[in-house]
Amino acid sequence: MSETEPTLFVVGATHHTTPLEWRERLAVGPDKMAKVRDRLAALPGLQEFAVLNTCNRVEFYGVATEVITIEHLRASFCEIQNIDLEAFRALELCKTGCDAITHLTAVSAGLESQLIGENEIFGQVKTAYAEAQAGRSIGPVLHKVFQKTFQTAKQVRTQTAIAEGQVSIANVAVELATTIFGDLRDARVLLAGAGEIGEQAAKAFRSRGTTDLTVTSRTMGRAMSLAGQLDARAMPFEQLPHHIADFDVVVCATTAPGSILTRTVLTNAMRARPAAPLFLIDLALPRDIDPAAADIANVYLYNLDDLAKISAENRAARVAEVTKARDLIIAKSTLLWDALRRSGGRRN
Amino acid sequence: MTDRQWIWIAAACYLAGVVIGTIALARHRNQPASAIYAVVGAGFLLQTVGLYLRGLEVGGCPLGNTFELFQFTGWSATALYLVVGLTFRLSLLGYFTSLLSLMVTTISLAVPAWDVTRRVGVFGGNVWIEFHAAIALFSYGVFALLALTSIMFLLRNYSLKHKQLSGFFTFLPAIRELDHISVRLLTVGVVLLSASLLVGAAHWIRAFDTVNLAKLLITVAIWVAYGAALALRRKGALHGTRLSWICIWLFIAALVSVYPVNSSRNSDKIVPLAAHIEP
Repeated sequence: MSETEPTLFVVGATHHTTPLEWRERLAVGPDKMAKVRDRLAALPGLQEFAVLNTCNRVEFYGVATEVITIEHLRASFCEIQNIDLEAFRALELCKTGCDAITHLTAVSAGLESQLIGENEIFGQVKTAYAEAQAGRSIGPVLHKVFQKTFQTAKQVRTQTAIAEGQVSIANVAVELATTIFGDLRDARVLLAGAGEIGEQAAKAFRSRGTTDLTVTSRTMGRAMSLAGQLDARAMPFEQLPHHIADFDVVVCATTAPGSILTRTVLTNAMRARPAAPLFLIDLALPRDIDPAAADIANVYLYNLDDLAKISAENRAARVAEVTKARDLIIAKSTLLWDALRRSGGRRN
Repeated sequence: MTDRQWIWIAAACYLAGVVIGTIALARHRNQPASAIYAVVGAGFLLQTVGLYLRGLEVGGCPLGNTFELFQFTGWSATALYLVVGLTFRLSLLGYFTSLLSLMVTTISLAVPAWDVTRRVGVFGGNVWIEFHAAIALFSYGVFALLALTSIMFLLRNYSLKHKQLSGFFTFLPAIRELDHISVRLLTVGVVLLSASLLVGAAHWIRAFDTVNLAKLLITVAIWVAYGAALALRRKGALHGTRLSWICIWLFIAALVSVYPVNSSRNSDKIVPLAAHIEP
C-alpha cells in the first residue's frame, strides 16, 4: 500500500474472531454513535466513511488519503470505547482495496453471518449506508461501492441457493405449513403451550399472514397473556381435544408429562374434516402428540427432531453454496475495483 | 406439410418443455414456468394446425381412428393446462403436461397402424353426434389433467408423510392446492361428460338401433365411475390418496378403452388413409 494514495478500507471486528464479551464492549450504543461519527468526520485524511454496527460486527468502511489515517481511526474508536488499542488490533479485521469490496459484498449477501444466508444483515448494511448519506460522510467512492454491493448481494441470493430453505425451527415449521396449505392467510392455527418456542412459532405464522390464531395453555392466565401479546384468542385447555377439528395447524409445545393428543382424539377429529389436511407440529419434550397419529390419512405430524433435521439439511445446503457465491462476489468485486481504479483513482 | 408433420413439430415443442423442466429439476432450480408455458403453447398451436388440416380433409371433427382420438384427447388436456396454468400457477404442472402431451402425441404418431385407415360417416352427418363426441373427448382431456394433478398429489403426500422435502419434492405445489384443483377438474370433467351423454342420448332415444352397445356401455361405465368419485368426494367419503389413485386408474381405463371402442364401430365405413403415413 502506498503511503500517499487514497485507500479504500474496512477496519473492524466481527463474530469470526471476536468473542461475545468483546463484541459487547465494541458495540457502539445509540448514545455514542453521534460522538463516533463526529470524531471520524474530524479525522484528517478520512475522505469518506460509513459505520456498520450490528450485534455481530462493528465495521468502519472508509476512503483515506493516507495509511496513517486508518491508524488514527483505530485509536479514536478505542479511546471512545475505552478499549486497549493493542487488544483491539489483535482481534480486528482490516482489509483494503478489492478485498474490502469483497468483504462488504459477502457481508451484505449473508456469507459472513452466523446464520449463513440470513437476510437481516442486508437491511442493516442498507441502514448503515443511509445513515452515512444522512450524515454526509459518504462520497462518490463509497456510494458506488455500496450501490454495486447491493446489486451483487441480490444476485447472489437469486443465482445461488445461499438463502434457500429455512433454518430456524419456527420458520421450518411455517415453511412446512406452506407445503401443505400454500397460502397461510386463511389457515387456522392453534398454539398449545405458552412457552418461548411455541411463541416463536406463533410469531412466525403471524409473519406469514396467518390471522386466525388461538392459544391454549394448561394455565389459562398464561394463555390469555400470550394471546394478548399475539392478538390471538385464548381457549381453555380442557376444550383442546374437542376443538382440534376446527384448526388446520396445531403447534404443541407444552410441558405436559405425556401425550395431550392421542391417536383416538385425532382420529375422531379427522372424521369431522376428512378431506382437509391437519398439520401437527410437536415441539414439546416429552412429546405432546402420540407418534401413531402420523398414520392417519391427511394428518402430517412433525416433531422437534424432524424439524431439526430439515433445518440441518437446509444449513448444509446453504454452506454448499458458499463457494459458488464467493466466486460470484470475487468476480463482481474485481470488476468494480478495476472500474474504480480506472475512473480516478482510488487505489490500494 | 401434412397434418402429421405439423403434429411431429408439436411433439418437438412438448419435448422441449420436458427438456427445459428436466434441466431445471437437475439443477435444483425453480421451473421456468414462462418458458415451459411458451413451448407448450407453441406445441398446442402446431397441434391445432395439424388437427385442423386433418379436419378439413375429413370434413369434420377428426375422431375417426385411434390416432385421432389420442390426438384429440392430448390436445384437450393441453388446452386445459393453458387455461389452468395461467389461473392457478401450479408449479410442475407445466412440466407434467409437456410430458403427457409428448407421450400421447408421440405414441399415437409412432404406431402407424392407428392411422392407416379411418372411419367415415361416423357421425352420420349429424352435427349433434359430432358435438357429443367432441365434448366426450374433451372431458377425457380434463381427466388426463386430473390424472396429472393426482400423481402430483400422491408425490406431495409421500414427501410429507416420509419427510422427504428436498430435491424434486421442493418444487411440488401445496397439497391443499392440489386437492382443490383436482376436485375442480373432476367436477368439470363429470359435467362435460354428462353433457356429452345428454347430447348423445337425445340421438340414441330416436334411433337406438344405430347405437354401438359396447361403446355406450364403456362410456356410461366411465361416466358412472367418475360421477361416483365426485359424489363421494363431495360427501367427504372419498378423498386424499384414495381419490388420487382412483382418478389415475380411471383415466388409464378411459384411455385404454379408446382402442376397443374405436374398433367396435361398424367396419363397413373404413377408408384407407395411407397418404398420411410418412415413409
